[in-house]
Amino acid sequence: MQLTNRKVVVSNKEQSFAERLYLPAIAKGMMITASHLFKKSPTINYPDVKRPIAPVYRGQHVLKRDDNGAERCTSCGMCAVACPAEAITMTSGERKKGEEHLYREEKYAATYEIDMLRCIFCGLCEEACPKEAIFLTDKLVDAQFERKDFIYGKDKLVEKMDARIDVSKRQTPEVLAFKKIEGLKHNELFDAKKLNKGHKH
Amino acid sequence: MTAFIIYKAIMCVGIFVLLLASAAYATLWERKFAAFLQDRKGPSRAGWGGLLQPLADGVKMFMKEEIIPNVSNRALFILGPSLFMITSVVTSAVVPWAKPVIIGGQTYDLQITDINIGVIYLLGVASIGVYGIMIGGWSSNNKFALLGAVRASSQMISYEIPMGIALIALIISSGGSLSLKEIVEGQDAGFANIVWQPLGFLIFFICALAETNRAPFDLPECETELVGGYHTEYSSMKLGLYLFAEYINMFISSAVIATLYFGGYNFPFAREIYASLGLVEGSALVSLIGFGVLLAKIFGFICLFMWIRWTLPRFRYDQLMNLGWKTLLPLSLFNLAATVVVEYFRGNIHF
Repeated sequence: MQLTNRKVVVSNKEQSFAERLYLPAIAKGMMITASHLFKKSPTINYPDVKRPIAPVYRGQHVLKRDDNGAERCTSCGMCAVACPAEAITMTSGERKKGEEHLYREEKYAATYEIDMLRCIFCGLCEEACPKEAIFLTDKLVDAQFERKDFIYGKDKLVEKMDARIDVSKRQTPEVLAFKKIEGLKHNELFDAKKLNKGHKH
Repeated sequence: MTAFIIYKAIMCVGIFVLLLASAAYATLWERKFAAFLQDRKGPSRAGWGGLLQPLADGVKMFMKEEIIPNVSNRALFILGPSLFMITSVVTSAVVPWAKPVIIGGQTYDLQITDINIGVIYLLGVASIGVYGIMIGGWSSNNKFALLGAVRASSQMISYEIPMGIALIALIISSGGSLSLKEIVEGQDAGFANIVWQPLGFLIFFICALAETNRAPFDLPECETELVGGYHTEYSSMKLGLYLFAEYINMFISSAVIATLYFGGYNFPFAREIYASLGLVEGSALVSLIGFGVLLAKIFGFICLFMWIRWTLPRFRYDQLMNLGWKTLLPLSLFNLAATVVVEYFRGNIHF
């Protein structure tokens, strides 16, 4: 039974004189290497020239603040549940009076840690987040010498006010359309009744 | 007399510097050329386009820790690389680099010495070169190094025979002189020797590859089998000398091939071009042009050496011996016989 048409019959026949001379074969081989002399090298001179990174690249995470500078994260734990690598841990805190400018909602993440060695940068946390609080960015996670340095806390994850990160390019038209589905609207207070009307799985 | 000594001293120092500089930049060019053949970029960080890379390599070699094995024969261990380096540099003494210059009525040959047995001198020094490898490999007291040295010596001795026979054929067809200068001058008016000795050139070129231990004949340092071959135990600048001498050897082999078979500093229609430019033989400009032509030929052969290295795989040892003894030796004998017949009918041989 023939499965593919890639079968080659090995021939063991005597070499002809030209083959035994080897010189034609050598010349042929030399022409192959010489032809590469005139090819453009595909190398990118890395430290001088950097490859463009796609705007939807899944790199280091950021915990976004809203326009007033309050943290969006409400410590619901959806990201940690969604995370297939179990890289995310958090503890919750309750907003006190006078902290409205720090935390947008009454509950917030007192600690929020991502183990960058566990993280597989799948982006499921970003998809799961109902508050548009966590996003992956095009920044690469830095190399470290110690394991403990790979556990990123809020100090590294929360967006700095003086260096805000633009995630609007991650919001492709498809994503925005998806988010318009009634009941899946982000940045709105949770409503169980509305959710049932929404996207069917 | 003083003028003579000064002129010879300048020649020696000048050629020594030329050899070192060209060998240093041959290492860079080898890496660059290999990179181009393999669609890479090659070293580019040190200096503009990597031009300071040889300097960086040299500094690195000198800074490395020098290790001399306890069980080695210390004196011979140091002698090995020195001898290899010396023999490879000394070969350049008989190569004529350009046409003689006449300054103040005095003729200055641009050659360190024009001995009348130049070709034999070349063969002699080339065969001493194997001692550097043999002594280095043996005194390391290491089995891999010894095997590499044994391979190197048997390979060099095997390939010297067809090389010598090819040279005899060349000398017969080029007029019977053993002086390299006369061989070059003989190619001034007529054709280059390659026209009469195409097979001889092929044999000589293959043997030159084997003599310089270049791929595909680099079995003495075959790292897949012998770790590092004869220089397994060497480190620091001693290793550097071995590697560096290989490039000097390559430079001089290219110079010798260009001189013997491709007319050295001559080029086609040289006389007509010189006459039309109004240049007289003996002027500095003529010598300079000739020197440039020779360097261009040498560069071409170095590129060919490298091109071969980055294309062909290494021989197996029995294949190497078969090629040397069963193919090249009969072929060179045939070439010799054919040369004698041809030269007899050309009227260059009289009985």
